[in-house]
Amino acid sequence: MPDKKLCLSGSGLTKVFGFGSQRTVAVDHVDFNFYESEIISIVGESGSGKSTLAKMLLGLISTSEGEIYFQGKKRDIRTQKKRQEYWKNIQAIFQDPFSSYNIFNKIDAVLLDCIRMRGGGKLPHEKKVELMTEACGFVNLKFAELTNKYPFELSGGQMQRLMIARIFLLKPKILLADEPTSMIDASSRATILDYLMKLRNETGMTTIFITHDIGLAYYVSDSVYIMEHGKFVESGSADSVILAPTQAYTQRLINDVPKIHEAWDLSTV
Amino acid sequence: MPKIILEVNDLTTKYVTRFNEDVYAVDHVSLKVEEGRSLGIAGESGCGKSTLALSLMGYYFPPLHYTSGEILINGRSISGMDPDDVRKSVLGTEIAYIPQAAMNALNPTQKIIHFVEDVIKAHELYITKKDIYDRAKKLFETLGLPAEVLQKYPVELSGGMKQRTVIATSVLLLPKVLIADEPSSALDVTSQKMVIKMLRQAMENGLIDSMIFITHELPLLKNVTDDIMVMYAGQIVEKGTAEETVFDPLHPYAKGLMGSIIVPEKGLRNVKLTSIPGVPPNLKSPPAGCRFAERCNFVRPECTTNSVGLREVGGGRAYRCIIPEKELREAYAREANKNA
Repeated sequence: MPDKKLCLSGSGLTKVFGFGSQRTVAVDHVDFNFYESEIISIVGESGSGKSTLAKMLLGLISTSEGEIYFQGKKRDIRTQKKRQEYWKNIQAIFQDPFSSYNIFNKIDAVLLDCIRMRGGGKLPHEKKVELMTEACGFVNLKFAELTNKYPFELSGGQMQRLMIARIFLLKPKILLADEPTSMIDASSRATILDYLMKLRNETGMTTIFITHDIGLAYYVSDSVYIMEHGKFVESGSADSVILAPTQAYTQRLINDVPKIHEAWDLSTV
Repeated sequence: MPKIILEVNDLTTKYVTRFNEDVYAVDHVSLKVEEGRSLGIAGESGCGKSTLALSLMGYYFPPLHYTSGEILINGRSISGMDPDDVRKSVLGTEIAYIPQAAMNALNPTQKIIHFVEDVIKAHELYITKKDIYDRAKKLFETLGLPAEVLQKYPVELSGGMKQRTVIATSVLLLPKVLIADEPSSALDVTSQKMVIKMLRQAMENGLIDSMIFITHELPLLKNVTDDIMVMYAGQIVEKGTAEETVFDPLHPYAKGLMGSIIVPEKGLRNVKLTSIPGVPPNLKSPPAGCRFAERCNFVRPECTTNSVGLREVGGGRAYRCIIPEKELREAYAREANKNA
């Protein structure tokens, strides 16, 4: 569509680990166009290279081949300063919340950092508490119960929700969510998904979901990319990919998910 | 009248914290599993479903303590037994337990057959290696695992294969009850399907008499078990057959949980998923009345003061709410109209 602005795109993006007999192509010449305020899902099984792709998009690991374009321009993160500037535009929520926190810092510090990054370092304390309470409330947490606690005193689900509260404070242009709800309870999952969609509607944030849950991908996303062995095997709008898959791999993936209304055929494995 | 394999009456177990506070993670739970049937336990993290699994084995380690209640396997009580006796005469032969990370039990420096030998020799002292091998081979093949697996090292197997190997080993001694606590949630969808198929085969071939399957994934539960029990804050809040619990839940919590299911089926995108506000209560000081009252949409003044028992509605169904079934259904219908 011509009215959609390109936010993040890649051409021939490749990542190779090791060399010689150990050579593994984790991501194999993928091309993609992510538009502004779109919700994109990259779906694949473990080992398909989706997390490697995510790390490349974030600039955490180098690319072996190919280019990433951010807002139409070639992404430049060669110096630490440029990298930090880039990270103001892209933020992530990772799979494992236990390793996302500095265990020596209290929860308040995590959130205060975000306020400072947004230029709110000089705000009065009451205002900061108000912001933090609001952010925690968005993800179903009570700030009054969390203040003065350390991250390891929280459950995995609570930690992950706090991560999402961070994003709420930071409001980046792109949010990369790597399996964000796999450790969150089903009853609060809808709140978070609804909130992420609401944030997208308000701020036009591009959200990239990296997930193995094809149902979740279908529910949240505008477009879906199916990944197998480092390659995108199928891509398109959520309805076309999930309801009318053309590739054998996509069909198998959808068949293997247990369903509620349709019967689950165990004879295919 | 079908034979009852596992019967649990009013089981209560607690954790004792280092400050000597009691946390009742399993609170007056009663259940029955008949021969050839499987029971699913659903609930969110921290609701006590894994603690229930540990408690059912009768194998108590601090900080978990047994408080009261009775566990009967084929009529024999195992509650209050000495942990050593439990290990010798109950675990493996009467009850087998598969935790989520069961595959970590494999020793990376030894072949699978060694693991199998260990398990069998712990219970049958005078058995030759050849007998063990033949028995394991037969069982593995019944369950759709190639016998070559026995001669391999764990590193040579994929995650799903390791998990299936451990499950197959756990049913070697033909336990009466198999307790599977999230056996497939660390695996990808295809391996998950293989694990489920294997558990089904074990039931159909009579290797196990009954199964308890614990998971937070409701679509999976609906496809695996005959009955479903929903737990909340250490208590059972709803029980019934899988169909009833998923499509026609009575308790407001179960209703909310069923409304949050995500599956790749046509029409899902137009469905408004429900979410339950708030967080579960702290079990160090549980609320006096209904434990769900704080988060419930249909809360009444008496909910916070009166304790609530399980309300039987016939056909083995029960739910824990003070509102009668008819009124509850009317309230749900009103809610649905309001949203439409």
